[in-house]
Amino acid sequence: MAGSTPASLTVDPATGVPVAVKAKPKRVTPGREAWRRFRRHRLAVASAVILSVMILAVLFGPLVWRVQINEIDFSAMLEGPSLAHPLGTDDLGQDLLARMLYGGRISLAVGLTAMAVAVIVGTIVGAIAGVSRGSVDAGLMWLTDLFLSLPQVPLLLLIIYLFRDSLKEIAGPEVGMFILIVVVIGGFRWMPVARLVRAQFFSLREKEFVEAARALGASTPRQVIRHILPNALGPVIVAGTIDVAAAIITESTLSFLGLGFPPDIPTWGRILYDAKDYLDIAPHWAMFAGGAIFLAVLTINYIGDGLRDALDPRRVL
Amino acid sequence: MAGEPMTEPLLAIHSLKTHFRTDDGMVRAVDGVDLTIERGEALGVVGESGCGKSVTALTVLKLIQMPPGRIVDGQILWQGRDLVSLDMGEMRKIRSKEIGIIFQEPMTSLNPVYTVGEQIAEVVRQHEPLTRREAMDKAVEMLRLVHIPTPERRVHDYPHQFSGGMRQRVMIAMALSCNPQLLIADEPTTALDVTIQAQILDLLEEMKERFGMAIMLITHDMGVIAESVQRVVVMYAGRVVEEASVDQLFDRPLHPYTQGLIRSIPRIDLAAEKKSRLEAIAGVVPSLLDPPAGCRFAERCAFATPECTNAMPELREIEPGHRVACIQY
Amino acid sequence: MPQPLLQVKDLVKNFGLKGGILGRTVSEVHAVDEVSFYLNVGETLGLVGESGSGKSTTGRCVLRLIEPTAGEIWFEGKNVTELSGKELAALRRDMQIIFQDPYASLNPRMTVGAIIGEALVIHNLAKNRRELHDRVVELLETVGLGADHMRRYPHEFSGGQRQRIGIARALAVSPKLIVCDEPVSALDVSIQAQVINLLEDLQEQFDLTYLFIAHDLSVVEHISTRVAVMYLGRIVEIASARDLYARPLHPYTEALLSAVPIPAPRAKRERIRLQGEVPNPIHPPTGCHFHTRCPIRQLPLCSTEKPELRKTAEGHSVACHLRG
Repeated sequence: MAGSTPASLTVDPATGVPVAVKAKPKRVTPGREAWRRFRRHRLAVASAVILSVMILAVLFGPLVWRVQINEIDFSAMLEGPSLAHPLGTDDLGQDLLARMLYGGRISLAVGLTAMAVAVIVGTIVGAIAGVSRGSVDAGLMWLTDLFLSLPQVPLLLLIIYLFRDSLKEIAGPEVGMFILIVVVIGGFRWMPVARLVRAQFFSLREKEFVEAARALGASTPRQVIRHILPNALGPVIVAGTIDVAAAIITESTLSFLGLGFPPDIPTWGRILYDAKDYLDIAPHWAMFAGGAIFLAVLTINYIGDGLRDALDPRRVL
Repeated sequence: MAGEPMTEPLLAIHSLKTHFRTDDGMVRAVDGVDLTIERGEALGVVGESGCGKSVTALTVLKLIQMPPGRIVDGQILWQGRDLVSLDMGEMRKIRSKEIGIIFQEPMTSLNPVYTVGEQIAEVVRQHEPLTRREAMDKAVEMLRLVHIPTPERRVHDYPHQFSGGMRQRVMIAMALSCNPQLLIADEPTTALDVTIQAQILDLLEEMKERFGMAIMLITHDMGVIAESVQRVVVMYAGRVVEEASVDQLFDRPLHPYTQGLIRSIPRIDLAAEKKSRLEAIAGVVPSLLDPPAGCRFAERCAFATPECTNAMPELREIEPGHRVACIQY
Repeated sequence: MPQPLLQVKDLVKNFGLKGGILGRTVSEVHAVDEVSFYLNVGETLGLVGESGSGKSTTGRCVLRLIEPTAGEIWFEGKNVTELSGKELAALRRDMQIIFQDPYASLNPRMTVGAIIGEALVIHNLAKNRRELHDRVVELLETVGLGADHMRRYPHEFSGGQRQRIGIARALAVSPKLIVCDEPVSALDVSIQAQVINLLEDLQEQFDLTYLFIAHDLSVVEHISTRVAVMYLGRIVEIASARDLYARPLHPYTEALLSAVPIPAPRAKRERIRLQGEVPNPIHPPTGCHFHTRCPIRQLPLCSTEKPELRKTAEGHSVACHLRG
């Protein structure tokens, strides 16, 4: 009998009952578990690789490809791809590769920052509504619904039109425009996040582990930060990735309408806007810019899909 | 052998193995199960969660997801006909017409957007050439049979308008509407309160008498087993460890697991006697991913010897109708 | 006679159901309806009843996890319902809770060490990290787990082990009273016994008092000193565990006892089968809540007058017009 006791048994000192300890081969943290599930989504993994390459390219590309973005060369106008200009040139003979790399920085930065604005604002609004109940909740949700029902594009155009010049004066043309666009896009995309977070809070608040924290005397901020928020963030991250894509598209739209960054600052959307008049003689110009936007948005959406699978709260709880 | 059946059993399962492919490997949920059910008999299948009792039942009706599930080996002889090789179309004819099933949570097995009458009528019409009208009448009749008050009215109600106990009655009515020869009841009372549980168990008993069907009652509750069935199969970690008549099992449990199970339950009928500590079974159920070689209960067994881990013990008959899988005997 | 540790007087809890365009309270669920009981140091009071009986709500009201609508809850000479701020925080150290669902009651994103240590951090019960670590290890060992479990996450444990973690979390603040809300009903039979034994050992070791809420009468009978039976928000009978099972007075208690399946196939018992189901607590029956299902009712008395809980013998009270 004694000899048959497996090594993995420890004796419970309180009851004298041996308790089997599951011999797990390796430690499984929730993060590692999520990564394992993400890896199974092949398109998402491929997308993550492609997007990383794009981000690295726009970050470090200009250090390698040292051609000025505004170097005008009338002898090489609207040239197709060549060794001197791998992506060809535009109507002023400016190198498109350099402009694409530079523009990618702005486009991706706008997407990520606008997403951050939307997620932060949405999470704060949703969390406050989800914790407070009653009139505060009703008020915040009224505000959310109000924002959702506003006609976004006209309002966006109006705001940019109104504030463009004053912000340019304060922060310079590039930074001023960046702040304006990020705030405007983020300011119109936080509502779905707020609703999501509020719904998550409502269901998590009733969970027994939150009740246990309350019984232990945890303050409301502690309950929120330690217990509710970490479990509510999965769907928010998923929604956030989709927001990055949406923000890139919105920035492109604004630039395409001529309301984005000024003409001397290339972004993918701006390049596409400039290229539209030469579609018949220099299609490469529009194709590279459009292709970059397309690829960025598509990969981000696939990554969002993968994260949805990986962070599905039902599988963790 | 005294109880030698004269005809073939209603259902005979031979060395059935149902495995599930998961990311971590094969889960051997059912790993060599043998059991038989005679006509008109109430057989109890008892065991803890993960012992394979529900998967066995679902495999009989081929209600498991395939893949990831797969019937790796074995036979399921339904009145002599092997169900393992039947395709889904033929299987559908057997379900509810010949073998009915009810589950623990009746809400999930009822469609919330149809009235219960429509749902019962649909089952009836799948197997019998009745008009919509006649099928609806049949539904009313079935609801009356399971003692639902004012069935003519309730037949037009939706599932959410019924309480848990009433829903289980609806499920029983639906399962019996085609007059099956076997009713599989998978933890039918686990989600119910004790007074409602008693009502449902009484109803099952009454229906069994009335229709002369066999019942396979799957439960984790030894008390329910003792009060509702004639013969019991005890399962542990995907295997049958003991099989006996209900009297034999409670009078003289042979397998150390069965003994432990019976001793670990607090008994209110002995409340007047001196209270003693419960005898818990140490440890936890082994993972079915990599089940231990040899007897699966060995690592929790107080009587285990090194021999126990060598080979899987087979079921052997110790006394008439009483079989056990343990090398002690 | 010593002062009871906990005394609950006429506890009432109504849940408002909001409806209509204006979100006004349109109806109320009478979850707990004038419940009174006491608990002495070191004893276990079992609270049994079917779903909707208000037993869990009662337990949560005692802990102020739910705000009671009316009534008093006296714990060591303080009225719990009037505490706030610091005093309420102090109360949290004296009263704890163990939950039913071992899966929902542990935060999936925290390690076991963090879960158990949280109370120590909240109440500043450890001077430094070393002390915190040692105390958590001590708690883990107390409930039959080991120090190596500290850095694991809840999903790596079985149901029984999770329940042990929940118990360790409750013990961290060295409470005097623990509300056990169906602590074993989600566990397998063989694991149930392990956890019940553990709870009994801990009670002896730390001089704990339990309010043990469960629907399983066998478990309650086993662990309790006294048992209160609840039906639709009211206590219908309260007696010592032995008395209640040997001489039940209330017809509901009788029916409940006779409905429990007993693992002895030859036991011949009188079967009392209740008709119908528990009525809706939004509109509970008038008079005695049980009169609609009662096998011995006498109308009109039972349907008009609420029976008070009356003492019939030392430590045995029943709320029934006919048996009181």
